[in-house]
Order: sequence, then C-alpha cells, then structure tokens
Amino acid sequence: MEKNPLTAASSEMNNSGISIDTSQVAKPLPTVSWHDPKRYLWLLGLLVPTLPFMAYLLAKVSGLGFFWWWGPIFIFGIMPGLDTLVGRDGLNPPDEVIARLEADRYYRWCTYLFLPIQYASLIWACWMWAHGGLSVVDKAGLALTIGSVSGIAINTAHELGHKKETVERWLSRVALAQTGYGHFFIEHNRGHHVRVATPEDPASSRLGESFWAFWPRTVSGSFKSAWRLEKTRLNRSNKSPWTLKNDVLNAWAMSVVLAACLLIAFGIGIAPWLAIQAVFGFSLLEVVNYLEHYGLLRQKSEDGRYERCQPRHSWNSNNVSSNVLLYHLQRHSDHHANPTRRYQALRSFDEAPELPSGYATMIVLAYITPLWRKVMDKRVLAHYGGDVTLANIHPRKASKILRRYGNKSMPSNENPGSVAA
Amino acid sequence: MTAYKCPVCDYKYDEEIGDLREGYPPGTKWEDVQDNWTCPDCGVREKVDFVQD
Repeated sequence: MEKNPLTAASSEMNNSGISIDTSQVAKPLPTVSWHDPKRYLWLLGLLVPTLPFMAYLLAKVSGLGFFWWWGPIFIFGIMPGLDTLVGRDGLNPPDEVIARLEADRYYRWCTYLFLPIQYASLIWACWMWAHGGLSVVDKAGLALTIGSVSGIAINTAHELGHKKETVERWLSRVALAQTGYGHFFIEHNRGHHVRVATPEDPASSRLGESFWAFWPRTVSGSFKSAWRLEKTRLNRSNKSPWTLKNDVLNAWAMSVVLAACLLIAFGIGIAPWLAIQAVFGFSLLEVVNYLEHYGLLRQKSEDGRYERCQPRHSWNSNNVSSNVLLYHLQRHSDHHANPTRRYQALRSFDEAPELPSGYATMIVLAYITPLWRKVMDKRVLAHYGGDVTLANIHPRKASKILRRYGNKSMPSNENPGSVAA
Repeated sequence: MTAYKCPVCDYKYDEEIGDLREGYPPGTKWEDVQDNWTCPDCGVREKVDFVQD
C-alpha cells in the first residue's frame, strides 16, 4: 500500500506528554473527506477463528491429513508470504478524526464477534477429537490449529482488556479462558505497561536472550507479577487474595469451568489436546511479546525513575496483513503511549524502530535463535548509535556482548530512532 | 473535595468518590493514596503525574 503523503507523517502523541517533531507533517485532508481504507479489512481478523473449519474443508476436499495442521501452516507459512506480497502501510488517520473513529462501534463489533467463532471452533474441535475418527497425527494438527486460534484470541483479549468499559474487560477474560491465561490482562495492563523496556519486566526480552530462555522467564514472571498486583490491590482493602474478587482467580475460574464442561461433554480423552492447544496458544502470545521490545531500554533519570516510555522503546511493524489480523498491535509505540486507545485509531511513528518484516515472519525468526540474533542484534546496536551499554542486555550474555560490541562504543545517540537496514 | 486526573487516559480520582476497587473508599484523601499507585485504566502514569482537575 502506498504511503499517503497527506496523512502518513505522524503528528505528536496526544495527551501522552511525548513531544515529537511535527515539522514534517503535511496538512491532513479535511476531516469530512477522510475514509478509513482499512475499515472493512478489519473483518479479516474474523477469519482467524475459522482456521479449524478451513482445516476441515481443506482436509476433506483434498483428502490430505496434512491440512489438519492448517493453523501453523497459515501463521508460519502463509502469513509471512502475505507480509512480503501485500507490503506496508504507513497510513495514519488525521488527528481530527481520531475521536470519531474511536466512537464508531462498528470496530468494536469486529473484535466482539471473534469470541463466538473462537468457542464454536473449540467445541467443534473437541467433538472431532472425541468422535471424529482422526489419527493421532491429525488430532495433533487440529490441536495446534486450535492453539493458533486461542493464541491469537489473546491478542483480541489484549485489545478488549485495555478498554474502560466493564463489558469489554469481561469479554477479555472470556477470550483468555481457553488458554488459561486469564492473569494476562492484569499483568499486561498494570505490570508490563508500567515496567516495559526495563530489566524488571518479565515480558520485555533482552539483547542476547533467546526466545527459549525468554519463555520460562516471561511465563513464570507474568504469573507472579499478576498475583502480586492483585494481592497488593486487595491488601489495601484489608482483603485476603483468596477471594473471587481477585481478578486472577476469577479469570482462572472461567478456565476451570470451561475445561470441566468440555471434559464432561466429550470425555477425558480430549484432555491432552486441550492442554496442547493452551500451551501452544500462550506460547504464541509470548513469542509476540519477545518481538516487541527486544533489547530496548528506558534509561533512568537522576531521580531514579525510568524515563517515560517513548516511541523508541517498542519495535513497530507496518506490514498490512499482519497488522490487520492482529488489530494494529504492531503500532506498538502509540499503544504504549496511549494504552486505552482503540486499535483502529493507533498511529505509526516514523521515529519508532521498525522490525525488518511483519510479525509473522519475525516469529519464525524468533524460534531460530542464531537467525534472530543475526538479524536483530545489529539493529539494536544501530538503534543505540553503536553504544551497546544503552541496551537492555541479558545478564547471562552480558560479558560476551560487551566484549563483542563494547569496544565499538560511540558517543550516545540522543535520538536513536533510526534503524540501519 | 478535590479531583485528580490522569494526563493520558482521563481517568479521574475524586476524593469524594474514592475508588473502592483500588482499595480507596469514598472520602480517601489524595495524600493517603500510595505514592507508587498507578492509573488503574492506562497503567502508564503514576500518582505523581496526575494533575488537579
């Protein structure tokens, strides 16, 4: 997609206290004539929960059991291809239409409708596991296809969980119930967003840290953080954390009830597949977490507080296909500056560091550590003007990284927004 | 009674209303709100960043 010169340049981040050079901003089009070119593309997000049904049709029509693996094939094979083919999208809505865009309820329904399809596919898959006459390999493929849906459902939950409306926060928990990751919407909103791009954040990956080292750290760290946050909140009212008022517990209760109902309805035989789809699903979320802040670090100011989260503290990506399927999650800098802003209104910032490809491609790289480090370490270094000491370095790899890059240290770049290709 | 607003997401802490969910019953003074308390809606601003409404 072509960059629209009238609106592509980003303006300042409203309300965020972040001032950005707006001298390059061309006059936006008059409000009345602006139409969201992605308006109907957002409906494509609803294709994701239909992946298991597509798998069934493809397997039936072709007679190839291979298509039960359609979910991973779609995410790791087709999406990276689409990212490359469809290309990029730097189009921003003009500031004047942001409020109108956010108020347009059509966009909310695009996310709400994900949930009934998500659960229809889960229940149908349970039936297939129990009574579909599938081979073990086909059942495993279906489990990963369902896991692809439940993983991307965490992204839908993420969009809903940031909103102020109670109903959306509840829907967020419903979307998370399938992966047992209900604690995510607490930890993410009140843990990750507070500590993002600092060594204290379990969900910000560090320079030199492989995805495989990050996975146990983020999975256990996020759980502990969510529990601590709820315990602290309830302590202020002199309440024990062992109550259903604890959002971690009530969100997990949903998972327990869901799993119990499915096991009663379809038998204990589906238990391993339910477990596999959950682990595969939340691991998809965690690999996306891994991409978003790799090596980036907020510096501490003199008063000991971390500087505010700026566009330069998140990796962004503007590939249309990944963006449409993940509700603009890749416009991550604006999301961190304005966490309650709705997806359709998120903007791209030229000064934010950019991943070399869309999320789907980068996920594949993240799984292959040497490839990821070859592609990303030099970008982190370039982002910091060659001064590796400004990066969030994995302690276990610190001496090696400092030996390798430390002597190339250049004066710190005050505006390390650009990334060398 | 005074109210304080989050500069990012417009969440408002009104001393008269408090925020029971957050453990601050109605009438809780702003100075009794913990210093490291973060905005319950956006999570990216702390008490010190809030502005008087």
